[in-house]
Amino acid sequence: MSRAQLLERITDQSNRANPYPLYEELRETPAALQDNGSYLVGRYYDVAALLHDPRISSDLHNRRAGMPGADRADNGGPAFIRLDPPEHDRLRRLTTRQFGPPHMPGRVDSMRGELADLVSTLVDNLEGKDRIDLVDDFAYPFPVSVICRLLGVPREEEPRFHVWADALVASIEPTRDSDSDAKMKAAQQAQMEMGMFMAGLIEERRKNPGDDMLSGLAADHHDGGLDTLELVTNSIMLFIAGHETTVNLITNGMLTLLRNPDELDRLKRHPELMPLAVEELLRFEPPVHLVPQRTPIVDVEVGGVTVPKGSPIVLALASANRDPERFTAPDRFVPDRADNQHLGLGSGIHSCFGAPLARLEGQMALNELIRRLPNPRLVEDPPPYRPNPVLRGPRHLMVDCG
Amino acid sequence: MSSDMRVVIVGASLAGLRAADELRRLGFDGPLTIVGDEPYEPYDRPPLSKAVLLGIMPPEHATLPARTDLDAKWRLGVPATALDLEDNRVVLGDGDSVPFDKVLLTTGVRARPWPKPEESDLDGVFTVRTLDDSRRLDERLSAGPGHVLVIGAGFTGSEIASVCRERGLSVTVTERGPAPLVGALGGVVAAVAADMQRDHGVDLRCGITVARLEGDGQGRLRRAHLSDGTALDVDVAVVAQGSIRNTEWLAGSGLAAGPRGVACDAGCRAFDLNGLVTDNVFVAGDIARQPHPLYDYQLIALEHWGNAIGQAEVAAHNMIHEGLHRRPHLDIPAFWSSQFEVNIKSVGIPTYSDQVVVSQGSVEERRFVAAYGFRGRLTAAVAFNHGRWLDFYRGLIESAAAFPPDFAVMDRTDPWEVRSSELPDPAILSHGPTVSVTGHLPTERHVEFVSAPK
Ligand SMILES: Cc1cc2nc3c(=O)[nH]c(=O)nc-3n(C[C@H](O)[C@H](O)[C@H](O)COP(=O)(O)OP(=O)(O)OC[C@H]3O[C@@H](n4cnc5c(N)ncnc54)[C@H](O)[C@@H]3O)c2cc1C
Repeated sequence: MSRAQLLERITDQSNRANPYPLYEELRETPAALQDNGSYLVGRYYDVAALLHDPRISSDLHNRRAGMPGADRADNGGPAFIRLDPPEHDRLRRLTTRQFGPPHMPGRVDSMRGELADLVSTLVDNLEGKDRIDLVDDFAYPFPVSVICRLLGVPREEEPRFHVWADALVASIEPTRDSDSDAKMKAAQQAQMEMGMFMAGLIEERRKNPGDDMLSGLAADHHDGGLDTLELVTNSIMLFIAGHETTVNLITNGMLTLLRNPDELDRLKRHPELMPLAVEELLRFEPPVHLVPQRTPIVDVEVGGVTVPKGSPIVLALASANRDPERFTAPDRFVPDRADNQHLGLGSGIHSCFGAPLARLEGQMALNELIRRLPNPRLVEDPPPYRPNPVLRGPRHLMVDCG
Repeated sequence: MSSDMRVVIVGASLAGLRAADELRRLGFDGPLTIVGDEPYEPYDRPPLSKAVLLGIMPPEHATLPARTDLDAKWRLGVPATALDLEDNRVVLGDGDSVPFDKVLLTTGVRARPWPKPEESDLDGVFTVRTLDDSRRLDERLSAGPGHVLVIGAGFTGSEIASVCRERGLSVTVTERGPAPLVGALGGVVAAVAADMQRDHGVDLRCGITVARLEGDGQGRLRRAHLSDGTALDVDVAVVAQGSIRNTEWLAGSGLAAGPRGVACDAGCRAFDLNGLVTDNVFVAGDIARQPHPLYDYQLIALEHWGNAIGQAEVAAHNMIHEGLHRRPHLDIPAFWSSQFEVNIKSVGIPTYSDQVVVSQGSVEERRFVAAYGFRGRLTAAVAFNHGRWLDFYRGLIESAAAFPPDFAVMDRTDPWEVRSSELPDPAILSHGPTVSVTGHLPTERHVEFVSAPK
């Protein structure tokens, strides 16, 4: 098949388990023009440069009419992930005020105890079972509980959120297929329903504030604060981003460790290496493979190729992370790799908002799992994958124990 | 790499430690000696004017961990007093001397003291360069002084003023130039820094110097007399008037070492007085003066954390590699500072400019990038709370991109207004002549030091 079809092959479900050979092919070209008008970029230095380039917009309004995604510019409301400065900066700054330093330096750290309890309770429940599904039994419920707790969403509501989240995630795709319109409709519906629910919750938090982020966001009038639409949209985004990615981090992590038993053994003996190992996982099997919604506002040059203004640019983070120009032995999992400036959490102004929390969740989950699961073994390799090529990870990860 | 080569590093701080670490990482297993005049293991300086002074980081946490097992002989608490290049020995203050095959000089800079000893000895007069300096000043600030005077609004002085305001202390800053940071960032951007200080309640006085510090008879500071004839009651004065390079101990060594630093090539090999490159003497960090090809090969000394690291790594590499395997240090200079709720980051050399333009963001919101140019080429960029964009500008600087930038960017509402960057006349910063050439026959001609005119 011709190189022009690379994006199609990357999104093809049959390549989900191992897209890495496709990325290798992608790296032969600096910016590969696809049939649908998108440019696919997968070399480390090009991706890194574009992530820091002030001519590259995250706002789909800058797409030329007819280009993929251009018709979706108005969907979803003002989530800062889809906005450019200065709006992006204002919203992200206000949201950060409730999440991290300097305003709230202790937010993530203060959750350590709770996280540890959650993790150990979930592993308690696995005890005695011969076969577990790491996704449904652990990797999904854990971050969902965490993000519910952080935002202040009642845990009982989680099943409804699960359905909405699935619909929203399904619509994040770098190409269109026959179901695209249906997926889009479902996502809009979910966004609306979830938005109404969130609006109610925010109202409630305004009256009865707790120590959660929604309460904090609703009460913060710094810089004029967030209006209700901004609040709703951004809390939905945080909810989705706050768990769909961490599920993959944990599942990809266990999968990688089970495929590398010597490294698993080493980490079991040296849990203090886990922070480094999680960085390597973010490089080796990142939870987000593609950034599909960048658009240049003027013609830009990528490695000698001119990408015309208004064209979709798809940044293949997972490909950049395996670029031999940047990483020695890129296809090897090296838990204590030095100089590991991966792009697994992005870079630049849109770099992962929840990174400190995601890292901590990944470290705690993996340490507890390998410490306590007796003799874990993969049941099938590769496992079945979720359909999404952007947020890539196994749908199930069956593991035998004992 | 089994080696009998003896390596000595003089200066046990950021550059020295980093070089030692890198030597070991690269496989050098010969004898390694590290000489440092401070009694402590290497520590990190940037927190000394920030978290440590705020009282939120205990001074002993400002450490610099070595990444590898260094297996080095440490000679701490003793200064090197001479470099003997005939015998290849470092002479120490305790009379001892350490022989070497290769030596690395990383003796950095020290704070420029208040010029009048009887005034600088007053209780309440501080400088900030070392751990002890910072610890003592932190103690004094914690005791809640009535009024603090910061003399000099460079990065260190401005950071200290910021800390004082954050601690709720009343503070006056005097600056000889027209605005804080003007010497580093030029007048246009410095004007923003001035607004920041005033907005945070600093009593900022520019175009003013301190004429005299007055004690109370018991040796305690009590008043400062300013050049405009006014006086201020103060109980703490922090002298932040720049630094002096620790090169005096190299006088007589035959190296091109003086008040501007030790000149070296792009591979960190020191020049001797005649401008010949040495093969066994290396320099890194705040004392090094190195040519940068992007800045007309001018010899430039930089007091930046990242520069010390970069040069240390190159020096270490080149100490154990020969000829074509040697590496040049070609990093684009970069530094950061945090003050008055703003993160300042810089790439390139802003002083190497004649023009400046705000290329992104909003000056009013203190969220912007200013791009600097010199004769039509982009040479630097400075970000206020906008540091995540600077990698882009680093790329532009590396590719010698045109200035003013001719492309559209997001988030730029004002029309591009290119202005003079308003840097002070470089002549003011000059140290005057330091050497002369003597001798007549080609075999006789050589360079000698002259003492700078007062
Ligand atoms: C308060 C403060 C804040 C800073 N903040 C920032 C910042 O925010 N960003 C940034 O980029 N940079 C910052 N810097 C600059 C940065 O810390 C320096 O660039 C860095 O320390 C340089 O390292 P160095 O090893 O070259 O020199 P130094 O750290 O100065 O070390 C030199 C060492 O050599 C010793 N020495 C001197 N003479 C002799 C001798 N004859 N014999 C033996 N030993 C000797 C000295 O005592 C010292 O221990 C800051 C510096 C200070 C002081």
